[in-house]
Amino acid sequence: MGEVKLFRTWSSPFALRIVWALKLKGVEYETIYEDLANKSSSLLEYNPVHKKVPVLLHNGIPICESLVILEYIDETWNKGVRFLPEDPLARATARFWAKFNDEQVFPSFFRYFMSQGEDQEKAKEKALENLKLVEEHLKGKKFFGGETFGFLDLVFGWLVCYPGVINKAINQNLLAKQMFPNLCRWMEQFGDVPVIKENWPDEEALILKFHEMRQGLGIYISLPN
Amino acid sequence: MATKSEIKLLGTPASPYVNRVQFVLNLKSIEYEYIEENLACKSELLLTSNPVHKKIPVLFHANKPPICESLIIIEYLDEIKPDVHRILPSNPIERADNRFWANYIDNKFYPLYEELRLTLGKEGKELIKKQIIEGSVLLEEAFMKFSNEKAYFGGDDIGYLDVVLGCFLAWTKFVEKHNEFKVFDDVRTPRLAEWTKRIWSHEAVKDVIPGNEPIVNFYMMLQKYKPPGAV
Repeated sequence: MGEVKLFRTWSSPFALRIVWALKLKGVEYETIYEDLANKSSSLLEYNPVHKKVPVLLHNGIPICESLVILEYIDETWNKGVRFLPEDPLARATARFWAKFNDEQVFPSFFRYFMSQGEDQEKAKEKALENLKLVEEHLKGKKFFGGETFGFLDLVFGWLVCYPGVINKAINQNLLAKQMFPNLCRWMEQFGDVPVIKENWPDEEALILKFHEMRQGLGIYISLPN
Repeated sequence: MATKSEIKLLGTPASPYVNRVQFVLNLKSIEYEYIEENLACKSELLLTSNPVHKKIPVLFHANKPPICESLIIIEYLDEIKPDVHRILPSNPIERADNRFWANYIDNKFYPLYEELRLTLGKEGKELIKKQIIEGSVLLEEAFMKFSNEKAYFGGDDIGYLDVVLGCFLAWTKFVEKHNEFKVFDDVRTPRLAEWTKRIWSHEAVKDVIPGNEPIVNFYMMLQKYKPPGAV
């Protein structure tokens, strides 16, 4: 099915969903790691509008924006496992929640992580509000996709790892089991899927990176013993 | 297929996101009932059908759960009635390209209009106008690529990006007049300048695009509830 390359950073959760998608579809691909402080000429050529990763290159044609890439992968490698359901209403629902994650849930979580003091309290409230909506949406379902995982599980997949690593890094846990029983159960189940389990950034490296990011705020973190 | 009572659309006349859904309903000859919403005092229907965002448009199809977000509604309509005026192409690369530019228009380009309204001071406004103009050049290049010398982004007739960008024309006209500049002009973006006239008079569009009064009323409401300077 042609040559596939993925331009990504090692730590971005948006890149991970593409890695999982390609592996679940059994697509062979080459990874090109980008340093966002020093973007390659290829990246600037393939994504001139946003200059961002991830970018998928298929037979020399670039596809940008991770949700667009996910749908492209699903439509192009369309034999075998399908991420989006067949039914138009179910597809619309999955797309709605995917958009909600990318535009609200993830950014609010990121804001909470990258703030301190009173700002962090406010950001935490917003992040929790968003997560509660996701928790409610997951009620009665094994995966976001239903009995089997799909598109939306890939989109929310970052929840399986990043909040936990952040907890290890700065000793703050947003996803308490009592408050988020559905999400915590899903995190275990989706986290157990072999492709997901075997494809995470190195945890120690992530912890260091999170410390670096927080240090930019003028916070000096003492590493837990 | 879908009869008038089966499809209902909750919206307001001045919302470009509602308008673009109406274009598609017209292009696909889908009859629908239009329910007008009052955004200054949101109805129970809106709050219960879109509890996450409390925004219009919302589409109701028979007794199914409501569908929200204009681009998602458009893809839904395209999937339930694919044989009449296909909106998105069937080729995955072209679909990805169309979706990418829709994303750009909704998340980067059009928000500049609101940023322009909210920015105080001449210098600040000039900076935003410059960004809008830069965006218009990108869109002109995109138009040349997609149209391939034909009349619309979609080729011979209206397609996805015509609908996605075309819905902003009334607001574009308003913003241009209010800020004394041209977003799409004959020298910088000649193909798009031509396209705006063509789209405006298209059968599926001309009765949907609002006149000046709803736009002005909506603008006054924005000025009241989200005054400039409040970023």
